Amino acid sequence: MNNTKSIAAGAVMLCGVLAAPFASAATTLESVKEKGHLQCGVTSGLPGFSQPDDKGNWTGIDVDTCRAVAAAIFGDAQAVEFTPLTAKERLTALQSGEIDVLSRNTTWTLTRDASLGLNFTGTNYYDGQGFLINKELGVDDATELNGATICIQAGTTTELNLSDYFRAKGMEYQPIVFDTSEQTVQGFAAGRCDVLTSDRSQLAALRSKLTDPSSAKILPNTISKEPLGPVVRQGDDQWFNIVKWVLFAQINAEELGITSDNVDKMLKSDNPNVQRLLGTDGDMGAKLGLPDDFGYQIVKLVGNYGEMYNRNVGPDTPLGLDRGLNALWTEGGIMYAPPLR
Amino acid sequence: MAEPMLKPPKIAISPVDWMRRNLFSSWYNSLLTIVVGYLVVTSVGPVFSWLFFEATFLGTDSSDCTGTGACWLFISQRLNFFIYGFYPDEFQWRVNIMFGLLAVCFVPQFIEGFPWRKWFGLFGLTGLPVVGYFLVPGGSFGLEAVESSKWGGLMLTLILAYIGIIASLPIGIVLALGRRSEMPIIRGICVVFIEVWRAVPLITVLFMASVMLPLFLPDGMNFEKLMRALIGITLWQSAYMAEVIRGGLQAIPRGQYEAADALGLGYWKKTGLIILPQALKMVIPGIVNTFISLFKDTTLVLIIGLFDILGTVQSTITDPAWQNVAIEGYVFVAFCFWVFCFGISRYSQNLERKLDTGHKT
Amino acid sequence: MKKQTTESRPAGPKPWYDPRVRSLVFQVVAIALVFWGGWTLVDNTLSNMENRGISTGFGFLKETAGFGIIMSLVPYDATMTYGRTFFVGLMNTLLVSAMGVVTATILGFIIGVARLSRNWLVAKLALVYIEVIRNIPLLLQIFFWYFAVLGSLPSPRQSVEVGGSFFLNNRGLYLPEPMTQEGFGLVWGAVIVAIVAVIGLRAWAKKRQLATGQIFPTFRVGIAILVILPVVAYLSAGAPLEWELPALKGFNFAGGITIIPELAALWIALSLYTASFIAEIVRSGILSVSKGQTEAAKALGLPGGLTLRLVVIPQAMRVIIPPLTSQYLNLTKNSSLATAIGYPDLVAVFMGTTLNQTGQAVEVVAITMAVYLTISLLISLFMNIYNRAVAIKER
Repeated sequence: MNNTKSIAAGAVMLCGVLAAPFASAATTLESVKEKGHLQCGVTSGLPGFSQPDDKGNWTGIDVDTCRAVAAAIFGDAQAVEFTPLTAKERLTALQSGEIDVLSRNTTWTLTRDASLGLNFTGTNYYDGQGFLINKELGVDDATELNGATICIQAGTTTELNLSDYFRAKGMEYQPIVFDTSEQTVQGFAAGRCDVLTSDRSQLAALRSKLTDPSSAKILPNTISKEPLGPVVRQGDDQWFNIVKWVLFAQINAEELGITSDNVDKMLKSDNPNVQRLLGTDGDMGAKLGLPDDFGYQIVKLVGNYGEMYNRNVGPDTPLGLDRGLNALWTEGGIMYAPPLR
Repeated sequence: MAEPMLKPPKIAISPVDWMRRNLFSSWYNSLLTIVVGYLVVTSVGPVFSWLFFEATFLGTDSSDCTGTGACWLFISQRLNFFIYGFYPDEFQWRVNIMFGLLAVCFVPQFIEGFPWRKWFGLFGLTGLPVVGYFLVPGGSFGLEAVESSKWGGLMLTLILAYIGIIASLPIGIVLALGRRSEMPIIRGICVVFIEVWRAVPLITVLFMASVMLPLFLPDGMNFEKLMRALIGITLWQSAYMAEVIRGGLQAIPRGQYEAADALGLGYWKKTGLIILPQALKMVIPGIVNTFISLFKDTTLVLIIGLFDILGTVQSTITDPAWQNVAIEGYVFVAFCFWVFCFGISRYSQNLERKLDTGHKT
Repeated sequence: MKKQTTESRPAGPKPWYDPRVRSLVFQVVAIALVFWGGWTLVDNTLSNMENRGISTGFGFLKETAGFGIIMSLVPYDATMTYGRTFFVGLMNTLLVSAMGVVTATILGFIIGVARLSRNWLVAKLALVYIEVIRNIPLLLQIFFWYFAVLGSLPSPRQSVEVGGSFFLNNRGLYLPEPMTQEGFGLVWGAVIVAIVAVIGLRAWAKKRQLATGQIFPTFRVGIAILVILPVVAYLSAGAPLEWELPALKGFNFAGGITIIPELAALWIALSLYTASFIAEIVRSGILSVSKGQTEAAKALGLPGGLTLRLVVIPQAMRVIIPPLTSQYLNLTKNSSLATAIGYPDLVAVFMGTTLNQTGQAVEVVAITMAVYLTISLLISLFMNIYNRAVAIKER
C-alpha cells in the first residue's frame, strides 16, 4: 500500500463514520445551493469581526458579510457554516476549496490577488496597522520603538509591514510570532513583548482582552494601508460577482437610506434606485444568478453596511470604533460602491 | 496452576528496621534521604495548600475567587464547554449516552472475573462506533443533526483518539503482514509507507490533512475538517500500529507457521486462524500503549483550529471575565489526561504480566 | 485471474493455485495500483492548482522574504530570501533537538538509576516523576512552561541579576558572550595538540597494558592534558579573550548570548518529557543484565566502579540503544510543537510564515516532510552503526 491507496482506503472507511458531503458541481454557486449552506472561513475568535460564543453562535462584521451572501442566495441568513481558521491556514483553505468564501479580516495585496489564485471582492473594513504598548514604558510615538520586542501574529501582512517600517526608519526590533491572536495577547499580557502590533481595529479588540485594559495604549501611528475584505477563488466569475455585489448592495442600501427596519416600507418607494436594489423593478438578481429580491433579503435579514458596522464594531460596542475611513463617501469616508443598475 | 496451600510467612519488620534498611543504610544514603526529604516537604506543602486548602471551590464568578489558592470556579463554571465544546445543551444527553456506554464497555476490563468481560470489550470495539455514528452527529432516526464544527472539548478528544485507534488497527494489520510478506514489491511498498509516516511529525500530517487534502482530491470531493484530521491521524497511527503488530508476528515461533503449512492451510487461513490470533493477543499491551500516546497526541489538533479539551481551555483562559487562571486550566487538563493515561497504562502493565507466560522466545 | 505464465508443467497445479504465479500477479497488481494512485494524486493536484491559478515550482525560494525572525544561528535579515528562511528554521530545529537530546539523556539516565536506588525515598520520587510526566501531553507541558512560568518572571527592568553578567527576565536568559581577540589561534592550536596527544597516550597505554598488565590511569592524565595545554597557551598568549556583557539598552538587554523563553520552554519541556521515557528504558536495560554477571565480576575481584563501567553498562547499552534511538527520533519530531509557542523552528518559520506569504503549500510541505524524513533516516543510520559496534561479538 502506498499513500494514495491508503488515503483512498482510509477515506472510504472513514466516510462511513462522518457522512461527508460529496458534491460535484461545476460552479461554486451550484455547489453551495446543492449543499444548502455557504461555507465561510472566519477567524477562530476576534471580537467585532468573528467571534463564537459558548454555543458556537458567531457574531461580527466578517460573519455578517457571509450572512449577507447567504441571505442573497437562500433568503436565509442562517444558512452559513463557519470554519474557524488561523491566519496561516486561511489562504490554503480557500485555495483548496474547503471554504466557499474567506471573510477573515484579510488584507488585499497584489501578491495575493495575482499569484495565489485568489480574488478580493471588495473592502468591508478599511484598516491600518498600529501599535499597542504598555503605558509604563512611556513611549508616545512609534519612532521611539528602536530595539523593542514585538508580538505579532503569524502569516499576516503585518509581519511584512513591520519589517518594512523598521528597516525604513533604520531601527531594530525582535519579532515574537504567535499562531493566533489569542496567544499574541497572552504573550503581551505575560510581558513577553513591549509592543503588540496588528490592525488598529484589532488592537482595540485585543486590548479589551487584557486584565487591565487601561494599562496599555494604542500609539497614534498608522504604518500601513490594510483594506480588509472577503476573498474568493479565481476562475469562477459568477461567484466573484455575487460576493462583490452583495457588499455593494449593502453599501448602496445605506446610501439610499434603506435599513432593516424600513425596508418593507421602502418596497413601495418610487425611487428607481431603491426599486432596483430591492428587486421590485428590473432583473438585477437574475443577472448575477440570484433571486431578484436578493437586495431586499440582505437588508431585511442582515441590514445595510452602516447597521452591520454599528452592530459589531461601532461606537456603542465594546470596541467603540468611529466610522472614520469607513464612513460613506458622502459623509467624509471612502466607502463607495458602484451604482447598482 | 495449583495455588500453594500456605502463603509464605510474612517477615515482620519494625518501622525502625524498615527505615534503617531503606532510608539510612549508609552515611551516603542518610544524607540523600535528608536532602531529598527536605526538598519534598518544602515543595509539596505550598503546592497542596494552593491546590486545596487555600483554593476557592464555591461561588459563581471570578470575584468570588479571593483566596491565595487556585480558583477552581473557573473550571466548574466552564465545565460544560470543556466537556462538550459548542455541542447544544439540549442534545448533550446523546453524548452522555456515549460516555456511559464507553464506561460500561471498558470499566469491566479492569475488574478481574467480571462476567462476559470479553464481550463487553468486543462490543466496545465494534458496536460502539456504530452507535456513536448515529447518535453523535444525528441527522437520522429523528435526531437533529449537530454539525461536527460544534463538537469540542473532552468529547472531541475521545472521538479522535477512539476512532483513530479503531480505524488504524485493520490498516496496521495489513501493513504489518505486508512488511513480513515474501513478495519483495509488496514488502517494499509497506516498508516505505511505514517509514515515511513514522518519520514525519504529526503536526505536519495534520496540517497537510487540514488544508491540503482537498487539493489532492478530485474536484468537488471534499470532507469536513474533523474528518480530514481523522484521516491524517489514522494514516499516521496505522504506521505505528503496524510496527507494534509486526513485533507480535515476529514473536510467533516458526513452528506455528510450519505446523500450519503442514496442515495444508493456505496463506489467509494460516494467517487468520493461527498466526494473527496469537500475535494480536500478544501485542495487546503494545496496542494499549500506542493508544495512550495517540490519546496524548490528539491535543495537537488545536494547532489546526479544532477545539479539543486543551483547545477549549486555551481559548477560555484569555477570557477577560476570568483573570490569571492559566495554571488552573492547565492543571485541570493535565489531571484529565493523567487519570485516563495512568489508568490505561496500569491496565496494560497488568495485562503484560498476565500474558507474560509461555510466549517468551 | 490473468494467466501470466504460458509454461505448462504436466503435473503442476493449475496456474491460479501456483504460489509463484499468484505472488507475481499480486505484485503486478500492487505496483499498478501504486502507480495509478500516485498518478491520480499528482494529476488531481496539478489540475486543481492550475484551475485555481496557484503558482507552482520552487522559484519562490529565491524571492525576498521580507519578514523578521527573532532567533537565527546563521546571519539573517528581512532582505534575504525564502530559501534562507528555510535554512534558519532548519538550524533552529536542529539546535533545540540537539540540546534536548543531550539533557534528556543525562536526566533520563539519572532518573533511571534513581528508580533502582536502594534508597526508598529516591526510588519512589523517581517513580512519581516518571508516572506524572509521561502521562501528560507534551503540548500541555510546553504551554505550561511557556505561559505559566513566563508570566511569573520579572520584566527587563527588574531582572534577576547575578554578578552583573547574568540576567534573567521575561525576555530570556542573558549570558556573557566570549569574544576572541587576536592571538586566540594559539589556544585552538593547543587544543588540537592536546587531542592528538591523548589519542597517542591511549594507544600507548593499551599497548603497555597488553604487554605488561599494568594499568595506566589514561582517563585522568588525558583530562589533565586536555585542560592544562590550552590553559597554558591561553595565558602565554596574553589571555586573548574578552567577555561581552549584556546591558540594558532601551527596551531590552543588548549584547551577550540570549536564550529566548520560547527556546527555554521548549527545551525544558522536551527534556523533561523525553527523560521520563528514557528513564524507563535505562531501568529495563540495567535490569536485563543478569545478576550472574555482577557476581562473576565480583568473583574476579573487580571493584564496584569498574564492574559498572566494564560489565554492566556495556551489556545494558545493547538493550538500551534501539528504544533510545526511537526516543531521539520522537524528540526531534516533537520539536515541531515549537510552532504553538512561537519558537522559530522549521515548521513555524518555513511551513508557517513562508508558506503563508508565498501560498505554495504543496512545495513547502513537501520540503518540510523531506527534511524530517532525512533527519530520521540519518539518526537511525548512526544508531544502527553504533548498535552494530556494541552488539555481541560471537567468537
